[in-house]
Amino acid sequence: MKSRHKRFAMIAAGVAALGIAVALVLNAFQSNLVFFFTPSQIVANEAPVGQNFRVGGMVLTDSVQRGPDGVTVKFVVTDTAQSIPVAYRGILPDLFREGKGVVAQGKLGTDGVFHADQVLAKHDENYMPPEAADAVERATREMRKSYDASATNQ
Amino acid sequence: MIPELGNFAIILALLIACVQAFFSLAGAARGNTVWMGVARPAAHAQFLFVVVAFACLAYSFLNNDFSVLNVANNSNSTLPWFYRLAATWGSHEGSLLLWILMLAGWMFAAAMFSSHLPADMVARILGVMALISIGFMLFLLFTSNPFDRLLPPPADGRDLNPLLQDPGMVIHPPMLYMGYVGFSVVFAFAIAALLSGRLDSTWARWSRPWTTVAWVFLTIGIALGSWWAYYELGWGGWWFWDPVENASFMPWLCGTALMHSLAVTEKRGGFKIWTVLLAIITFSLSLLGTFLVRSGVLTSVHAFATDPERGVFILGFLILVVGGSLALYAWRAPRVGLGGQFDLVSRESALLANNVLLLVAAASVLLGTLYPLFLDALGLGKISVGPPYFETVFVPLMAPAIFLMGVGPLARWKQAAVPDLARRLKWAFVVALASAALLPFTMGKWTPMIAFGLLLALWIVVSGLVNLWERTSQLAAAGGRARVTYLRNLPRGYYGMLVAHLGVAVFIVGVTLVNGYEMEKDVRMTPGSSVALGGYDLRLERLEEIEGPNYSGVRGVITVLKNDRAVNMMYPEKRLYTVQQMPMTEAAIDTGLLRDLYVSLGEPVDNGAWVVRAYYKPFVDWIWGGAFLMGLGGILAVSDRRYRLSRNPRRNETVAKASALA
Repeated sequence: MKSRHKRFAMIAAGVAALGIAVALVLNAFQSNLVFFFTPSQIVANEAPVGQNFRVGGMVLTDSVQRGPDGVTVKFVVTDTAQSIPVAYRGILPDLFREGKGVVAQGKLGTDGVFHADQVLAKHDENYMPPEAADAVERATREMRKSYDASATNQ
Repeated sequence: MIPELGNFAIILALLIACVQAFFSLAGAARGNTVWMGVARPAAHAQFLFVVVAFACLAYSFLNNDFSVLNVANNSNSTLPWFYRLAATWGSHEGSLLLWILMLAGWMFAAAMFSSHLPADMVARILGVMALISIGFMLFLLFTSNPFDRLLPPPADGRDLNPLLQDPGMVIHPPMLYMGYVGFSVVFAFAIAALLSGRLDSTWARWSRPWTTVAWVFLTIGIALGSWWAYYELGWGGWWFWDPVENASFMPWLCGTALMHSLAVTEKRGGFKIWTVLLAIITFSLSLLGTFLVRSGVLTSVHAFATDPERGVFILGFLILVVGGSLALYAWRAPRVGLGGQFDLVSRESALLANNVLLLVAAASVLLGTLYPLFLDALGLGKISVGPPYFETVFVPLMAPAIFLMGVGPLARWKQAAVPDLARRLKWAFVVALASAALLPFTMGKWTPMIAFGLLLALWIVVSGLVNLWERTSQLAAAGGRARVTYLRNLPRGYYGMLVAHLGVAVFIVGVTLVNGYEMEKDVRMTPGSSVALGGYDLRLERLEEIEGPNYSGVRGVITVLKNDRAVNMMYPEKRLYTVQQMPMTEAAIDTGLLRDLYVSLGEPVDNGAWVVRAYYKPFVDWIWGGAFLMGLGGILAVSDRRYRLSRNPRRNETVAKASALA
């Protein structure tokens, strides 16, 4: 009888511990997901204000401006249909270029400026960040659709 | 001619592997000793041909044979010879050949050091390894042949990714692969045990050193990768929870669990089916790691041209291996049996709890790594799971595991008593707690996380010392000599455990202090200006033009001042690699035991000014020092005499008894 109790206690303790661990993991997972939005979605007010998310697209040519301290940078991210101004303080990655793909992570301010705390470009010159590529592709698709729609209307 | 020779050698190796797999597995099943006898010579021959193939590829790289597509894409005639050699495994195809080479090498070693094993066991192990080898060689030949020609050949190659042109990158992939592939041995052992239905403590003693060696390689490989990211990427970070890093971390977590579970199987005959399952999971995660990194589902410095065919092939192979071995497990595991009984409070239960925690940790990493991929594959949107998730999950999961690291080694096998353990460890806990609470004050800032991290590290160290004290006391009480004289009598395996655990403590100290006290400054600097950081002044003297073998760039000359006295010079660089027109930041690091100073050049702004990023990173090198100690502990454990003597069966038993007593 005694050993049976012991085994039961052991299994119960194990299951309880595992349950707590799983709850912990899932909770942390839920609250730390970072979603991705395209500039078009942000302009359409689909993105949350004041919450962390990622935006991707191309850096608009001639949009990079540097503050007087040399460390604050402003640039515009576009998916060719819509664009979003981004502010960032810090050093940009080596492969950050105007006209190239970029992904920024941060929060959207009430002023409509995306305040990035992380800017990612990729490790390889020929390579486009998948999020950025996706944003441009989606925007192009939308544009084609609306073009087709207006064409049939006429 | 040479590349064709290499191609031919791989085809021959593949044929040999087929012969090896068939005859050894069928021979073992039918008890045919002649068939089983094929296994060893076949393994030797396979290794020979794979070496020839690899040498052919390396030769093509060293001799700039740009008519080979792989060479043309990943090398260049201006590349120094050692990077040309490293470029052999710098590409997808080459790294796959390296994987096959490692596998053949492990197979060769398994064939060499198995003279004391029963013939059918050897045959099964080599047969299973040959099956894995067949899978990878088919993959290489059909989807990613490194010997493919490019005609007409270009005048020069497209160069190796500049990020990979680094001494760390020369050794990181081979080390990591040795680890990944090394788990194939214990996997083969596990499958062989399931096939034969024999699994006892002798089996565990055979597989233990193999697992430990693979784990040592993996540990060092991961540490090298992290160190490389630290000095090469110019961000000063050492771990990013990048999916590629996670891919190598998951087998590490499971491999760690496996090592500990094997200890129970060897010493107590317990955890048998659990150990086998862990062996299967660990190797499966190694394969998954290869799949994630090499198929192009993940995008990083490791992923090359995305080719769905390759992804599908590896995925299929993965499903075959994992599914097949798990099905075999479900079918045969009941024959192996559960193994010994133990109490709720015992060393076994402490190890089991540690195992479960490590597996949950691995599962949480798996979730964070695969979930975004699933969503993306199903077209449900793009998300990412960042470091905050992993950090929130890891601290609470690892804290109890680390607490148990102090308790477990002191607990008795089979049955231990909580009051007894509490009495023995009471002072250790008080000392650790008091020092952890006070130490942060001496370093300037007290936060709960810093104190908690230090508590965990000190707990490992102090409880380890208690353990050593008790062990020598027991011996001294029995033998009557001074305590110190018995330090030499303790087995190497025991010291291995202590050193590896100490490594964990050192690692925790590094992580805690660098997170707690690091300082970062992004500033605009002109020649002559300086920035104050962590008690130092960094003065930019001038900027000079530099010219490398395959790059040009700018170098900053920075004087490090402490109390207005120059103590060191630092030379951060910004390079532009000419072939790929790729800019690269080469950070300058002033390394010290207690702190690193880290400077990287951002970009030029106006009038000769540069944006410069400077870090003060206290104790950051302890992170890799800790990993190195873990590896050293593993090496000590493998050098234990009970493994060396295991060739002689009779002495083997006496040693086994002695170590069981110890």
